[in-house]
Amino acid sequence: MCGISGVLKLDGSQADPHQLIDMLAMLRHRGPDASGVHVAGPAGLAHARLSIIDLQGGAQPMSTVDGCLWITFNGEIFNYVELREELLSKGHRFATRSDTEVILNAYREFGEECVTHFNGQWALAIWDTTQQKLFLSRDRLGVRPLFYTRTRDSLLFASEIKAVLTCPGVTAELDLRGLDQIFTFWCTLPPRTVFKDICQLPPGSSMVVEDGHIRVWKYWSIDYAPAEEDGCLQEGKLAEELLCLLSDATRIRLRSDVPVGAYLSGGIDSTVTTALVKKLAGDRLRSFSVSFDDAEFDESSYQQEASSFIGTQHTDVNCSYEDIAHVFPQVIWHTEQPILRTAPAPMFLLSNLVRKSGFKVVLTGEGADEMLGGYDIFKEVKIRRFWGRNLGSSWRPLLLKRLYPYMENMQRQSPAYLKSFFHVTPEDLENPFFSHLPRWELTAKAKVFFSDAVRSEILPDEAFAEIERALPKAYSAWTPFNQAEYLECAHLLPGYILSSQGDRMAMAHSVEGRYPFLDYRVVEFAAKLPPTLKMKVLDQKHLLKRASDGLIPVSIRKRPKQPYRAPDGKSFFISEGPEYAADLLSSRALQQNGIFDSGAVAALVNKFKAGRANGVKDNMALVGILSTQIVVDHFINQSRGPNKYANTLEHNDCR
Amino acid sequence: MQTLSNTMTVADDIRQFVTDNFLFGKSADLVDGESLLDRGVIDSTGVLELIQFIEDHYGIKVEDEEAIPQNLDSVTCLTNYVRTKLAAIA
Repeated sequence: MCGISGVLKLDGSQADPHQLIDMLAMLRHRGPDASGVHVAGPAGLAHARLSIIDLQGGAQPMSTVDGCLWITFNGEIFNYVELREELLSKGHRFATRSDTEVILNAYREFGEECVTHFNGQWALAIWDTTQQKLFLSRDRLGVRPLFYTRTRDSLLFASEIKAVLTCPGVTAELDLRGLDQIFTFWCTLPPRTVFKDICQLPPGSSMVVEDGHIRVWKYWSIDYAPAEEDGCLQEGKLAEELLCLLSDATRIRLRSDVPVGAYLSGGIDSTVTTALVKKLAGDRLRSFSVSFDDAEFDESSYQQEASSFIGTQHTDVNCSYEDIAHVFPQVIWHTEQPILRTAPAPMFLLSNLVRKSGFKVVLTGEGADEMLGGYDIFKEVKIRRFWGRNLGSSWRPLLLKRLYPYMENMQRQSPAYLKSFFHVTPEDLENPFFSHLPRWELTAKAKVFFSDAVRSEILPDEAFAEIERALPKAYSAWTPFNQAEYLECAHLLPGYILSSQGDRMAMAHSVEGRYPFLDYRVVEFAAKLPPTLKMKVLDQKHLLKRASDGLIPVSIRKRPKQPYRAPDGKSFFISEGPEYAADLLSSRALQQNGIFDSGAVAALVNKFKAGRANGVKDNMALVGILSTQIVVDHFINQSRGPNKYANTLEHNDCR
Repeated sequence: MQTLSNTMTVADDIRQFVTDNFLFGKSADLVDGESLLDRGVIDSTGVLELIQFIEDHYGIKVEDEEAIPQNLDSVTCLTNYVRTKLAAIA
């Protein structure tokens, strides 16, 4: 796991190694163990290394034995052992035991399609000196990030935007359409980012730069066309197959020359992955988690239970309201985009704990909710459709109240209000985004805080039009359940869960996350399962529960789904609250940046100070506004100064 | 707490509450007769905030069966509802 960056001079001039060194300086947290730069004519590749596999021989940038191909690579190819054997049998030569060299020879053997042979998580760049061609690729589901931009004379790329921003000819400017998308979907729609003219390579995509032309294509996408046979009749067999796939996905994710730990949240998913690691790796497994001061968010009793059952040595880090406020500016330095919930902040504290405990690699349970029917939104859409079939029913809407027992404000609503909030009118039922309308519309309400200037730049419904244009052709033929899954997998997963909450928080402290549920074999298997097996009536992750019978404690298998949440807006208003928040939410700072209406934000802040802001909408708005202000402060105004956040940096700098 | 109000005062109070609490000061966005739901002014938490405001401010009890859009979904509906309730306890 590492940080990569590079440049290709489109005018044919010599690449500047100093520029690469400047880029690398911004990526040191991703790879503190070693660094390297290689320049070959117009191309320059750079690499900051976190050494995990072939500690001695895996230095990068690396070339083939003949020096014709050069690579800089972030991630892991978990099936590199098998691929290496295959390539050896085809006559390829290797100088190291690393997975990096396997990529180079796979590229030589299979060309641009080599990535379809990989099982892993990657962002990579290969410079082909013979053909003067730059090849970039990103893993299927978007675990690892890769950004690029084109200036007058260069193509620049890096693992993080902040590295690209160091280059001459690149200016940091907010992309208001990107901001509008975050204030709708919680993420931007690739290739868009929240910075103007800085693109992200979409998940499952490759790109070639040759003769000054850029070509991007998708080499993989998820397909939900269900298998023909009646899966419900073979539930036992499919559960067995799922467990078998997950075991193998876990087995190859344990390939590492450094010790591997596990995140253990107390939910089913991470308990399954931890249990599988324990079975495969044996003794002395260390597990890690976050506990919360506030019982509303805390799951530590389940974490302890899972740890005892599996037999791990467990360590947790406690997270208070003040901790969240304290690390928030650093969190945003790493997310590089506004966020609407503070949930990444505890993950930042967690990776700090892991690193301090001497671990660089953790296995985690991300992806199970998206692939195997775990999220409440899937249940919600089922109930809403059920109600929509008989809108006059007085009891069907009551199921919605039962869906969110932990949300008090849901319990007192009359059916007329529920019908409106949950969009169950006949027109809504026909909408291609039926599943996500309540969430997106609730999020979009935070746009009321945009300044008039920003609002005049954004067309209403533009975000919806863009996401509709991005839909695959097959979408309309999929079941409503699969449509909802697709929207989660294609957008929220890479754009927020795996980035703001995943890669960025782990790599902030040089920790690599590995995700067995995101093994493409598991994903493709899950996509073909009948939706009724993923959610049997309203039983979420039904098949996974069956597959994990005996593997994890019964109480965890049977507990109701608890979404991972952290304290939001309130964190910034405990006693005086942090100075930076008061500063960035002041009329002066808001007017200076011009993104939000200072009067409206003042009214929101007053609502928080009075303790009257309890709803999701107000909380998302507050966190969204504050994080946007921090993004602007960090990357556009660059007014952070050496001392502005000194306190927070000192407190959490673990290295 | 207020026990008796004329129509203007009740409407003003409610308009002020909705403006401060849901529109964050943007009063131009509010028309008395318009549906708060259709305009997207109110969400599920908002309904409860509204009920709490009415109960605290006017000292009346909003029964569960009264928490319906016919009573709560516009400044005009709210004003009429509050006046009817106040008249009943006067």
